[in-house]
Amino acid sequence: MPHDHHDHDHPHTLLPPDPALRVKALETILTEKGLIHPAALDAIIDTYEHKIGPRNGARVVARAWSDPEFLQALRDNATKILDEMGYSGRQGEHMVVVENTAQTHNMVVCTLCSCYPWPLLGIPPGWYKSDAYRARAVREPRAVLADFGVALPEGTAVRVWDSTAEIRYLVLPMRPEGSEGLGEEALMELVTRDSMIGTGLAQAPV
Amino acid sequence: MNSAPEPVFEAPWHAQLFALTVHLNEAGHFHWPDWAERFSATLARHGTSKDLNGGDDYFTAWLETLEELLTHIALTEPAAVEQMRAAWEQAYLTTEHGKPVMLGSAAAPERTVKP
Repeated sequence: MPHDHHDHDHPHTLLPPDPALRVKALETILTEKGLIHPAALDAIIDTYEHKIGPRNGARVVARAWSDPEFLQALRDNATKILDEMGYSGRQGEHMVVVENTAQTHNMVVCTLCSCYPWPLLGIPPGWYKSDAYRARAVREPRAVLADFGVALPEGTAVRVWDSTAEIRYLVLPMRPEGSEGLGEEALMELVTRDSMIGTGLAQAPV
Repeated sequence: MNSAPEPVFEAPWHAQLFALTVHLNEAGHFHWPDWAERFSATLARHGTSKDLNGGDDYFTAWLETLEELLTHIALTEPAAVEQMRAAWEQAYLTTEHGKPVMLGSAAAPERTVKP
């Protein structure tokens, strides 16, 4: 390996892992061909690291809890109303909002890869992409929920939604008790990322 | 929130790879459902030998998928990618710590600079 032969008197820059070098290689080649612009890549990373995240989804949930007309619009055509809010699926997917009730708890997975509502929740957490979650969410959803510390009443059914490249789901968690009278901003604080994937519940106000 | 904030991307190359793929899709080089189908197949293939943890191994599968897709749609060639990867490796190994790493002409003699 070339790494073994370098001069230790002049330490070189730390060699990135092999996949990082392969990504750089693709970037260099595609940039030289004029097919991509490094500034556009930076803008995409900045957007996902700083501008898009679960706050977007929390805003949608808080508004659905507060505004019956908005809730109805979400039920009728979530893609359209979310698009109007600026939360468009960049990959052209449709959005479906699934409502938790006392009878049914919804949970979202992507068994094949990791389809996820990026515009509403940002980049999925590591566990969402893991084989363990992807396999177990469908097979034993209650056990998975227990791992997340969620215990549902006996009578509540669990429904698991498998995302695809075309359809992404957002769970509308149940509005927590004691949140009556709170405004949208205060309600948003109760809405966790996991509650919108269905592996958590909305938090009760303190 | 009851958990510490998690970084959006665990490693810089995950972010670069993600952005590169999204950018190419948005520029119209491939359709997202095609991407998802190929990526699913790669994950299924990798997952048969071990449980993927959703971190580095997830993006390793992602990279493999993108490399194959770019070859398939004739945007890159495997030999050229390997040559460029080796050139970057050489650049890192020959750049003094703290200096910016650049592709040198000596590291990639096959490359010609176009005006």
